[in-house]
Amino acid sequence: MNHENVQFSKAELARYNRHIIIKEFGLDAQKKLKAAKVLVIGSGGLGSPVLLYLAAAGVGTIGIVDCDVVDDSNLQRQVLFGVQEVGQPKVEAAKRRLQSLNPFIDIHVHNLQFTSKNALDLIKEYDVVADGTDNFPTRYLVNDACVLSGKPNVYASIFQFEGQVSVFNYRNSQGELGPNYRDLYAAPPPPGLVPSCAEGGVLGVLPGVIGSLQALEVIKVITGVGDVLSGRFFIFDALTFETKTFNLKRNPANPLNGSNPTIRELIDYEEFCNLKTVERPVKEISVRELYDWQVRGEDFQFIDVREPHEYDIVNLGAQLIPLGTVSEHADKIDQKKKVVIHCKTGSRSAKAIRELEDKFGFKNLYNLKAGIFGYIDEIQPELKKY
Amino acid sequence: MATVIIPTPLRKFTNNTSKLVVQANTVSDIVQKITADFPELKKHLLDANGKVPSFINIFVDDDDIRNLQQEQTAVKENTIVSIVPAIAGGSPFYPHYSV
Repeated sequence: MNHENVQFSKAELARYNRHIIIKEFGLDAQKKLKAAKVLVIGSGGLGSPVLLYLAAAGVGTIGIVDCDVVDDSNLQRQVLFGVQEVGQPKVEAAKRRLQSLNPFIDIHVHNLQFTSKNALDLIKEYDVVADGTDNFPTRYLVNDACVLSGKPNVYASIFQFEGQVSVFNYRNSQGELGPNYRDLYAAPPPPGLVPSCAEGGVLGVLPGVIGSLQALEVIKVITGVGDVLSGRFFIFDALTFETKTFNLKRNPANPLNGSNPTIRELIDYEEFCNLKTVERPVKEISVRELYDWQVRGEDFQFIDVREPHEYDIVNLGAQLIPLGTVSEHADKIDQKKKVVIHCKTGSRSAKAIRELEDKFGFKNLYNLKAGIFGYIDEIQPELKKY
Repeated sequence: MATVIIPTPLRKFTNNTSKLVVQANTVSDIVQKITADFPELKKHLLDANGKVPSFINIFVDDDDIRNLQQEQTAVKENTIVSIVPAIAGGSPFYPHYSV
């Protein structure tokens, strides 16, 4: 991150004037922002304010990782997106919005899931990581990848009315390395104990508050202005408006960089979070088998559990019963003949099948492996993916 | 009397009370008393071995009890004890569910 030779156009100098005139910030910090490369993982509730403020502030290169598409239910908090972006890949919609906000910066989009396979390669191109992800396996993955790569990880997390912020794996100007997520929480809660935001909800403005603080810490890490929130852990309770900042220390038992490290490469984080043993397997059918059934006129009921806007983009002519409504429409599902249930890639349909089996004792439900995307890939490549 | 701050995810087990005032000498006393008063808290605050699990942090004033005397950390009059569970935020717990 060499900022000495960074130049600004007149238009840029005008844009960043309110930064440059702050004595403690000045042109030097603005140059550091322009020279910096920040990877924002997740462009949802937290990612929205982080990306908007980093782009507005003039961070020269911003990478965005997200594999999701914009959904109606995102708009309550994900202020990067509008109604016209529903159904579009988040990274593409985000890039357009950010580029219109600041045409002087570079935006790199990574429309993929952040995994143990690609994490180190993605991170290595950047100076700072901002973790705006939404689940425990990815939290540990981002943490471990940052520690193994020696990159600071600006962390924020939210649930319902509560927010947390810290800066992990930060090396200060004296060369001292701060704690990381595993020093704070050595292990995740067992699946199901803490409800997700999808079940438990989140107040829309909360990620706006917490994500803005996250953006602030990214800017402090880059510029060296102020005291970075390293070795400290901030929490905010929106209901009581109480905040606390706790002290954090490195734990010698940390398996990544304690006194006797045992983790030297990225691991399987779903296994680490005990997620692999949770889901009961369901009966499956491949897209090829489904196609054979269709060709030979096999008698089966065909159900799509995606959302209506997804169905409008592309469908296989199946009966639409969105996942959230399968139980109330269970009477529309045949108990005798074979029933094939599909979604986009096979996860939601598996969940629907488990719910129907548990509540109503269905024994005739088959999950379409790889979902409509698998079908498009193998059988009908002319159909539109989203 | 120490004051215990209950985090929002656990308030449904404490009749939506955010602060409990407890007469206690140590963190261990506090955990014992509040789980006796609110039994549903128990599975969140204690693991099978009766220990505070690693996804729950307890801070006495500004410090993690792991950097003090663990559950034997003393609490005084006016001590604030904060219970802070790990939260992952955002959407579904299971990462591929929404895809």
